[in-house]
Amino acid sequence: MPRSKSAPKDRVSRIVGTNVLVPKVTPKTFYGHGIPDIDANHLTGKLIAVEGADGSGRSTQIARLVQWLEASGHHTVQVGLKRSTLVSEELEQAQQGNILARTTLSLFYATDFADQLENTILPALRAGSMVIADRYIYTLMARDLVRGVDETWLRNLYGIALAPDAVFYLEVCPELLVQRVFAKNQSLDYWESGMDLGLSRDMFDSFLRYQGLMRDTFRRLQQTYGFDIVDGERSPDAINAELQSRIEAVLAGH
Amino acid sequence: MQKFSDLGYPGRLIAVEGLDGSGKSTQIFLLKRWLEMQGLKVFFSEWNSSALVKSATSKGKKQNLLTPTTFSLIHATDFADRYERQLVPLLKAGYIVLCDRYIFTAYARDVVRGCPPEWVRGVYNFAALPDLTFFFKASLDVSLSRILDNRPTLKHHEAGMDLNLSPDPYESFRIFQGRIFEQYLSMSTEFGFLVMDANQRIEEQQGLVRRLVSTHIDLGQFRLTRAA
Repeated sequence: MPRSKSAPKDRVSRIVGTNVLVPKVTPKTFYGHGIPDIDANHLTGKLIAVEGADGSGRSTQIARLVQWLEASGHHTVQVGLKRSTLVSEELEQAQQGNILARTTLSLFYATDFADQLENTILPALRAGSMVIADRYIYTLMARDLVRGVDETWLRNLYGIALAPDAVFYLEVCPELLVQRVFAKNQSLDYWESGMDLGLSRDMFDSFLRYQGLMRDTFRRLQQTYGFDIVDGERSPDAINAELQSRIEAVLAGH
Repeated sequence: MQKFSDLGYPGRLIAVEGLDGSGKSTQIFLLKRWLEMQGLKVFFSEWNSSALVKSATSKGKKQNLLTPTTFSLIHATDFADRYERQLVPLLKAGYIVLCDRYIFTAYARDVVRGCPPEWVRGVYNFAALPDLTFFFKASLDVSLSRILDNRPTLKHHEAGMDLNLSPDPYESFRIFQGRIFEQYLSMSTEFGFLVMDANQRIEEQQGLVRRLVSTHIDLGQFRLTRAA
């Protein structure tokens, strides 16, 4: 058979074919002691975290990744902040009323995270699924760090967390973020503008300064946790291509 | 870790710790009455009582959603809420704050449930230590019989049923409380607990509590100040 004909045939078989790649199992670790009685070696799925501000394209990218992973034959489970059965409602209420102090809010989020970790993430990984986290501990840590919470305390707290197989931080400059937020909503969000920090009484100004602080903190966390900083100012296609190739490498066990 | 007095707070925090049935709540209530009667600024706070967190905690317990880690974190959240919004402001305002259970309850319970001690202590290290901690040390049998003689319906977590110690709630409660008791004993010296013989009569204990409080704390400083 002439070589030239095999290329398009391969591409078709990747989409509608019957060949499903079985991901290579690689060792997993917890950042600290982890969860009592959980052996990380039994977790055969892959954990992929996508971080980034509102307007960074997170949701779009996640939707496309899920589509692609499922089409490729991988069972996919999604988790995200404030989605636990245990405390999501109460956490939402607390945030609406802005009544909780710093440490309390931080621990409330940690509870929400731990509940999803134990009841969704770890069981899904044990069953061999792909878990896509719409933000993970890094967003929680960054938010607390810009509010002056002690880093050592946070690292101990999140010693329960499993280190993902890949973490992508979609970086978009605050000036572009604000444009994207306005293109979608008519107003800025109180928390995403960091209004509780008292950086500025002007919401627009506060948003830019807060998102700048978050970006700096993510860059600093990257030094410790070594995740991928992805240029989120490019087209969704270009970004998705980058994420897909990184995830393909993860599936191949690299 | 430092006490509130070491940190320069004008207020003082007194905590009572001990097993269920050790009589600690009775003693702290009588201490509170005595301080109030002298016209002092006193505030009483109980473990697990922050309104907002309570709804999540009781849902978690009822629907049996809690694991050792989330059990620990949700109680830490509850404690932090009271600590940040109630205890610290009151201590800054020069109150004597009485706590029925403090961080040592979490240290003991969470460790018995299998959380690593260093992690639990790390989670709570935003909190200062009490200025005085009374540990009501009743023999395990006395504490158990005070609770179990009435054949109460023990709640799932109260009996430590989540630890699979025994299918019988009463037996599970006994083993669970025994382990917590050991944790308290091992912390006693480290944190300078004032160890009370909780097998004594109520009045004998209360007399000693009042003497110890007036020795360690200059109560005259805590009179209610009235606006001129």
